[in-house]
Amino acid sequence: MTERDDTQAKIRGLIDPFNKKGVEISGSTRFAQDLEWDSLTVMDFVASVEDEFDILISMNRAAEIETVDQLIDAVRQLESER
Amino acid sequence: MTDLFSKFDDLIALREGLLSSGVTDPFNLVMEKVESPTVAICNGRRTILLGTYNYMGMTFDPDVIAAGKKALDDFGSGTTGSRVLNGTYVGHRAVEDALKDFYAMDHAMVFSTGYQANLGIISTIAGKDDYIILDIDSHASIYDGCAMGNAQVVPFRHNDIDALEKRLKRVPEGAGKLVVLEGVYSMLGDIAPLKEMVRVSKANGAMVLVDEAHSMGFIGENGRGVAEAQGVIDDVDFIIGTFSKSVGTVGGFCVSNHPKFEILRLVCRPYVFTASLPPSVVATAATSIRKLMDSADKRVHLWENSKRLHAGLRQLGFKLGTDEPQSAIIAVIMPDLETGAAMWEALLQEGLYVNLARPPATPAGMTLLRCSLCAEHSGDQVEEILGMFAAAGRATGCI
Repeated sequence: MTERDDTQAKIRGLIDPFNKKGVEISGSTRFAQDLEWDSLTVMDFVASVEDEFDILISMNRAAEIETVDQLIDAVRQLESER
Repeated sequence: MTDLFSKFDDLIALREGLLSSGVTDPFNLVMEKVESPTVAICNGRRTILLGTYNYMGMTFDPDVIAAGKKALDDFGSGTTGSRVLNGTYVGHRAVEDALKDFYAMDHAMVFSTGYQANLGIISTIAGKDDYIILDIDSHASIYDGCAMGNAQVVPFRHNDIDALEKRLKRVPEGAGKLVVLEGVYSMLGDIAPLKEMVRVSKANGAMVLVDEAHSMGFIGENGRGVAEAQGVIDDVDFIIGTFSKSVGTVGGFCVSNHPKFEILRLVCRPYVFTASLPPSVVATAATSIRKLMDSADKRVHLWENSKRLHAGLRQLGFKLGTDEPQSAIIAVIMPDLETGAAMWEALLQEGLYVNLARPPATPAGMTLLRCSLCAEHSGDQVEEILGMFAAAGRATGCI
């Protein structure tokens, strides 16, 4: 497993409890449109990602992240900046 | 041509669907006459007001009214100018002096609304590389202050001390940190654990701003708010407040002991680029604030009202926002918007006005009937209110 795979697996694990509709998750799954998360769900989810990876994701940063792949990339970048 | 209004179509449909059921529009009520802080005439009917922010009932105080009339006669109807140009009269200085005395702080800066106070202070003091850590349930004016500035904004779970502390520890070394909290959260009427939150904020090198809009005049020995009640007011860097609640008029302010505070008058755009408050407004505010300093008896009575309403509503079987009464706000949780609107209308028919609150104002998609008490509600009025809730609740099947 590459490091990216590892991040991806952790993020999918974090998505699960919020994926109430049981939508199939891929790298291109969009949080707002495909998972139909409202802004409060997004903020709750972002908090769980922050705690898992021990990073801060600002609201501006979060607003730019639309898909699962984009989130994985952002998390890896934030981890490297730490 | 793309209609720029198409983005509102969902909301328009929701609203039309609700109104087509025949319910009175909850967001379009007109008060024809206001008799006192607790009674108005709505649709020709005498209505008890249980949805205002007139916590201390100062709006009809004879001294407050007299001060406003005198200022209107002596100084005219408005200043037509910014505070930093021709818009500072003696009355503006006097109300800032009243605030400094009320809070026992060195500096006070008055804005034209409470919204502008949050907008101005937050956007001005937190710059590009600074971090704002704020409670996720913060008021719209706090979020808008964050959006207007360009700091890194990080929300944490409501009232979660551990979540706040974790985020503070992750801020890069050397970055400025501002923690933004509220004393009373106005939707559910719950208070913040300020004692612990201020402690962890200070331990991690952050400045702390607390919005005490819904606690001023009522909570704390001197009515200075939740930070006073929990013994941490001296460690709070900025308190934001408003004149449109307990003070009984309109306007906003920030008080602080920061030695460089006064520079904000030159750099804070929502302070500089707007007209100052009318002389009558600052005169009523100054008089009201000074009277609030000496209102311990009213504070005691307002607590009695809050406790009685909370216990009574719970006894009737309503679901409430807090297990114990924590402020002058008691939130009744409705199962959905339709039931909430029906209950709201049934209460209005009974002669009671409460606030119907909906997302995005409310947390977790809740529909709330928000009751806010006044120190001028008599014990008998509170019993009358409970009777109205019982009747309306049964008529709509809520209880």
